[in-house]
Amino acid sequence: MDEITTLSRQRAPVRLTTVVTYVFLSALAVTMVFPFVWMVRTAFIDPKDVFISIDKVGFLRWLVPASFPQGKNFTDAVEAVPFGRAYINSIIVAGLVTFGQVFTSSLAAFAFARLKFPGRDKIFMAYLATMMIPGSVTMIPVFILTSKTPLWLDGALSWLIGSPVVLFSSSYYMFHNTYMGRPVGLDSYFTLIAPAMFTAYGTFLLRQFFMSIEKDYEEAARIDGASTWGIYWRIMLPLSRPALATLGIFTFLGAWRAYMWPLIVTYHQDIMTLPILIRSFQTAQGGVAATKWTLLMAASILHIIPVLIAFVIGQKYFIRGVRIGGIKG
Amino acid sequence: MKKTKTATTWRRRAALAGYLFILPNVLGFLIFTSLPVLASLLLSFAKWDLLRPPQWVGLQNFQNLLTDAHFWKNPFFAIPWITDCPLEHGFLFNTLVMMLAIPASILLSLFLAALLNQKLRGMILFRTLFFLPSITAGIGTMLLWMWLLNPDYGIVNLVFGHVYDALAWMASLVGWTWASWAQVRPAWLQDVTWSKPAMIMMGLWGSMGGMNMILYLAALSNVPPALYEAAKIDGAGAWQRFWKITWPMVSPTTFFIFVMSIIGGFQGGFQQAHIMTNGGPAGSTTTIGFYIYQNAYQWFRMGYAASVAWLLFLIVLVLTLINWRASKRLVHYG
Repeated sequence: MDEITTLSRQRAPVRLTTVVTYVFLSALAVTMVFPFVWMVRTAFIDPKDVFISIDKVGFLRWLVPASFPQGKNFTDAVEAVPFGRAYINSIIVAGLVTFGQVFTSSLAAFAFARLKFPGRDKIFMAYLATMMIPGSVTMIPVFILTSKTPLWLDGALSWLIGSPVVLFSSSYYMFHNTYMGRPVGLDSYFTLIAPAMFTAYGTFLLRQFFMSIEKDYEEAARIDGASTWGIYWRIMLPLSRPALATLGIFTFLGAWRAYMWPLIVTYHQDIMTLPILIRSFQTAQGGVAATKWTLLMAASILHIIPVLIAFVIGQKYFIRGVRIGGIKG
Repeated sequence: MKKTKTATTWRRRAALAGYLFILPNVLGFLIFTSLPVLASLLLSFAKWDLLRPPQWVGLQNFQNLLTDAHFWKNPFFAIPWITDCPLEHGFLFNTLVMMLAIPASILLSLFLAALLNQKLRGMILFRTLFFLPSITAGIGTMLLWMWLLNPDYGIVNLVFGHVYDALAWMASLVGWTWASWAQVRPAWLQDVTWSKPAMIMMGLWGSMGGMNMILYLAALSNVPPALYEAAKIDGAGAWQRFWKITWPMVSPTTFFIFVMSIIGGFQGGFQQAHIMTNGGPAGSTTTIGFYIYQNAYQWFRMGYAASVAWLLFLIVLVLTLINWRASKRLVHYG
């Protein structure tokens, strides 16, 4: 009896702070989410309803204009520029970058965490040191390398054969109408993908995780005659699935929204990734002084939707990933 | 005798395996990071527009950079050897002003995490909603904010306008007349004064419920509840408990977030500037990152761009070293 009365007596002050907490959090949640509501609202209405005034039509008609919902903005956007193609490009680029990064990072991380070889720790320190170098430092030489490589390769080939060759600097078409870019250089999948495939960060992250795995498993496997590759492939990778999934998700997300590098190495619309195509679409609508908000919001939704879906499905990996990534603090 | 031989062979094979395992990553790393770093250092001593052959100019780029008023101009002190510049502020100052969002974002993230850390219903839903802006970050949300910040029809000015009108009405009750909203209304991205606050506002919306908040949630869940109970018994209020227990206990996380944000902050602002303002109006949203981009890929001054990038690297390096030094006194590793 006594316990119950003390409990209920304690609860009264807690409730007030709880109410304040909920009110505050809800207000903040509205601030965070309402811009998205506004984006959807703008994307699905007729352009003539964009500038209606809340004072004239009232709150409800302002929030949900008479023309809502209609999909014409999306069909207009998709007809204006090749969005479907950009989706495919983005998926190819982000997918291969993710695969490459997870694979090469896990290989290197396994070696740094578990194998003994001369110079191991020095090489690892060199990796760590470069994590601080701004991307803009390395991007300029890589861009120059990228833009010059096709000419150099063609030059070398011409010199070898003894007659002029245009192989690497020409563009490729599939069925004579679909632009497939170049094999290397500007406007090529290779350039979009390769520089983003190797990071010190992924190696660092996975090494931290591998270090935390018990050594008993691999010693047992070693006694059973497993090779080094076998230990990596059959023991380390399966045991670190959450870390791999996390690195994969964040790499994919980073590649999906990557902006500066794809911007400077793509010129043809058919090879652009989604953000760059949306940017060229925005420029066509009037650039920074854009006025066609219905079209731009439709394009924004096209960019955000896949990420939202991925987030809803894999939320626990996102949250866990931030925690794994924060270990080094 | 035989045993040592097998041991050596085994060690050699293990070393070979080690090198093979790191080979793919190290190769990529050499081609796309190590060599480019050296190349960009060389490049910063040269002049190259990619069309004509590069020219060695020695320290010319760095001399130009030191006297580049567009880079250095600031309202606090004049640099004697720098001649006048048409811009109101230089790009270093712009970058620093936009980095004011960093401490604000860190404090807000910690505050939100402390609220969400309570054992109440629905906290996971709130966490998800707060996380949305940072997960969707990119060109989509930037176009969205251009629309929200539209001076005439954006909802930012709609909301602020109503708040302003209400305040003005209250002020009028005590006989204080305010200018009408239409007169004082900020034009945000189209106004030299308001463009940076607009960027900061968007940055806070995008970051306060993001990665940092999740990191703080993890850190808070590791604080032993016994500490709070002991402090409560000793009569410590909520404010004291926060500054005496929570703040020191999460200080390693704060330090990590702070260092990463500073490194990111100096390099940041490119995408916002490129999509939303083109660095304007009157260069007021041009950051160091955007200036490097303009030099390299719009004006094809590769050498100068490389020297600005190296200056940026040096700034980041020095600040990080200072941070590490300071952390020994300020950070509490439990």
